[in-house]
Amino acid sequence: MLTRKAYFAHGLRDGLPIALGYFAVAFALGIKATEAGMHPWQAALMSFLNVTSAGEAAGIALLGAGTTYFELGFTQLVINIRYLLMSCALSQKLSHKTGLLHRLLVGYGVTDEIFGISVSCEGNLSPYYSYGAICVAVPGWTLGTLLGAVMGELLPVRVVGALGVALYAMFIAIILPPARKSRVIAGIVAVSMLASAILSFICEKLSLTWFTEGFRIVALTVVISLIAAILFPVKNEEKEGEHNEA
Amino acid sequence: MKPNIILAILLMAGITYLIRVLPLVLIRREIKNPIIRSFLHYVPYVTLSVMTFPAILYATNVIWSALAALVVAVLLSLKGCKLPVVAASACVAVFLIELFPF
Repeated sequence: MLTRKAYFAHGLRDGLPIALGYFAVAFALGIKATEAGMHPWQAALMSFLNVTSAGEAAGIALLGAGTTYFELGFTQLVINIRYLLMSCALSQKLSHKTGLLHRLLVGYGVTDEIFGISVSCEGNLSPYYSYGAICVAVPGWTLGTLLGAVMGELLPVRVVGALGVALYAMFIAIILPPARKSRVIAGIVAVSMLASAILSFICEKLSLTWFTEGFRIVALTVVISLIAAILFPVKNEEKEGEHNEA
Repeated sequence: MKPNIILAILLMAGITYLIRVLPLVLIRREIKNPIIRSFLHYVPYVTLSVMTFPAILYATNVIWSALAALVVAVLLSLKGCKLPVVAASACVAVFLIELFPF
């Protein structure tokens, strides 16, 4: 078991590439926010409080076009419902001794990427690891939005475009090492990617705009994970090793 | 109707936060049911795979640089490189490929 400081430092280190990727994505988001009529500080506040790329992009589009509070709220629910699944998975990763305050704070930082690095930690998740990641990733996200909103056109597109790929590369670095050790996980990764590609192709061809990316992620996650759980239930011994570490 | 922007931001943030925090606050025990346990065990792999592909192909200015990033990330991950190294190398691959005119 590491000290709180060490967990925090690990979180900072793993959060750094997230911050860079966030900066790029948020920069593009900030540009859109100004175009939709938001002030730069409003865009920054939105990013600081929401920390969700797809949700914020949808919010900006709706606000720019004119919308209702109900529509805004409902859209967030649909687009971000995947966080519910992620948090359910993370709830099993936290030690049951973790207090309420820690849970409330860790919850703020459940983004796709912070979730990704959190589940790949060995043993139980220390809240201090999350705090480290949050402390570097959220400023990257917020500042990226602010700078995009203020000086959108100044940064060369090429540099921003190159940074945007960092987030996906990270996901690959998270899922492939366990996939190498387990044939089941390797199969699940392959099936998931294939299904995702097929489904997004179908949605594009048939113009199923209501079947948004956020919605697709949830649908595929529930279906594929459930089938995998029924076909390949995880034995308890595998999990015990993880608990010893904590 | 034009909602107040600050209220809209707070509403969005509130809903998103509740989605994120409720499971962490409500599920405080270890789940014993083997199917649910296994389900939650597989969720991260499926979610991250689905989010990565095919989205990575559209993350850059041209598809070739995205493909290069994909290949670099896969190779380095399989070699056991750490997260920041994989992420940075993929960015460099995109940058280098996009130096060529398409």
